[in-house]
Order: sequence, then structure tokens, then C-alpha cells
Amino acid sequence: MTRRPVDIGDPDRLYTITGGRSRADDAFDLVTLIVSESAPRAGMQSEHARILDLCRHPTALVEIAAEMKLPITVMRILLGDLLAMGRISARHPPPPRPQAALPDSALLLEVLHGLRNL
Amino acid sequence: MGSATSDLPSLRTPLSDAAEAGLKIVIVGGFGVGKTTLVRSVSEIRPLNTEELMTQAGVGVDETRQVATKTTTTVAFDFGRISLNKRLVLYLFGAPGQERFWFLWDRLFSGTLGAVVLVDTRRMDESWYAIDRLEHHKTPFVVAVNRFDDEPDRYSLDEIRQALCLPAHVPLVDCDARVRSSGKGVLITLVDHLYEMAMAQEMTL
Repeated sequence: MTRRPVDIGDPDRLYTITGGRSRADDAFDLVTLIVSESAPRAGMQSEHARILDLCRHPTALVEIAAEMKLPITVMRILLGDLLAMGRISARHPPPPRPQAALPDSALLLEVLHGLRNL
Repeated sequence: MGSATSDLPSLRTPLSDAAEAGLKIVIVGGFGVGKTTLVRSVSEIRPLNTEELMTQAGVGVDETRQVATKTTTTVAFDFGRISLNKRLVLYLFGAPGQERFWFLWDRLFSGTLGAVVLVDTRRMDESWYAIDRLEHHKTPFVVAVNRFDDEPDRYSLDEIRQALCLPAHVPLVDCDARVRSSGKGVLITLVDHLYEMAMAQEMTL
């Protein structure tokens, strides 16, 4: 199996991107949809600008991470910055359920219809 | 399965502006079992690859080299996407079943609708471990047997159920991960199963 590492060869770069932070809260799920609320501006951190550019249409965190070749934790930190600055909005998935609880049946029915119509 | 992802830059296909909720289904299985093939066969985008960092000491044991390390390692996974309707988007994640991955399960896959365990009958022990872990995390799942042409002995589903100690209520189906209708059938089997369980749960409330 071959893997192209995602910039992990240079941890210093990741450190610089996040301003030395290595922990992110889990406010953003992998599939939280991010939408830009403003256009990139000159002088912004380049990663922030790139995110705003990518999220003109709703884009899941995991897609942004893949596109920018950055780990999930780093994406969560960057998105937290942008959310705090009011430059993005986040559309969250249904809230996590208690262990062993099932998703709502109405939602599952909607998923089934969607899959059958593929 | 990294070999199934191309190195070409992705052609970005934006979601509908009305998209409001992302959902997750995880496909678990060992290397080479066909996770990415399955994701590819049903996904509307070419499968993408991403990574998460893992820094916990003592869990970064690379089994191929038997080297314990406390430095940051990464766990990689593939994913694809299906727009179910204007509002809902389903993301399919291919998760390697190896041990260290499970340390990240809650951080990556909490809230997942459910999981598909993809089985290669030539390497059944890997599936056994995945099933054990999913039960531990109380994640509902179905099992799909990816049939390979060069299987020496074609085991019946009954034999596979027995080998995996799979309870009777867990759906077990055959599939060909390369075929879109087959992959779609596996996902429908899972969501059908979830729906029936959810209905039963709601009736008792």
C-alpha cells in the first residue's frame, strides 16, 4: 500500500499554521458543512483565505481538509478561528446521540429514499 | 486502499447551496478488502484521502515494523459523497480496521448512522476484530462479503456467519464492491436495518 503523507514530514509547518496550537475542540464534525460569509482579503493568513475561497458553496470539513492536504485537527483549529471572526458559518449534522441510541426514523426514511433514487 | 485513489487533482463539484446536513456511514475493513472500491462505485466524487494526527504515547505502534513511537503519527482514510436530496449529503468513509485506528473512532465517527463491515473471506480474522470493536462502540452495522474471483473455496453466507460469530439479527449480504448497484444495495441493507431498529425503539418509548 502506498500513502502520500499529508505534510506530516514537516511538523514545523503545521505548528506555524496553527500558531503553535495542537488541540482543537470538537465543535466541528467531519461532515459539518462550512459556508464562507465573506471573500478572502489581502493580508489574511493564506490558509484562512484558501478556506474562504473553497467554501463559497457549502463544503464539508473533511473535503476542505483533503483539498488543503491538512490533518483534521489542524482544520478544526483554522475553522474555529474563522468562525470566531464571523467569516464562516457552520451547518452542523444532527447532534451526536447517546451510545446505542438510533438515529430518528424519519431521517433514516429520507436517507433510504435518497439511496433508492440513486 | 490507497492504490485505488488517483493522484490527479480532484475536480471540485460543489454541493447545492441548500445542503444543510452531512451524514456519515463508515465502511470498515482490512487493507485490500475493497473499501475504496465500494466508496468509488457509489460516490458522486472521486474518492478523496485525508489524515488525522495521532499523538497518544504508546498507541503509535506500526505493526509492520514493530516500532513503538511517541511522536505524532497519522491515520489516513478515504471518503466519498452522495447527495441524497437538496438538503442531505451522505459521506462514506473507508476506515482501515487496524488497531490504532480505533483510538480515533469517537473523534472521527461519533454520530455515524451506522457501519458496513466489508469482509474478505481470505482474511476473516480482520473482520472479527472490526465487529468486536463496533459492538464495543455500540455502532449498528451490517456485514457485506466482497466476493473475489480467485477465492479458493467459496464459503456460504451461513458458514461465514458462523465463522464470524455473527448474531442472527445482523444482516449479512454478498456484494461486488466494483458494481454500483451492488454497493448501493449494501448501503440500502444498512439503512433498512437501522430504520427497522429505530422503529422498534420508537415503539417502546
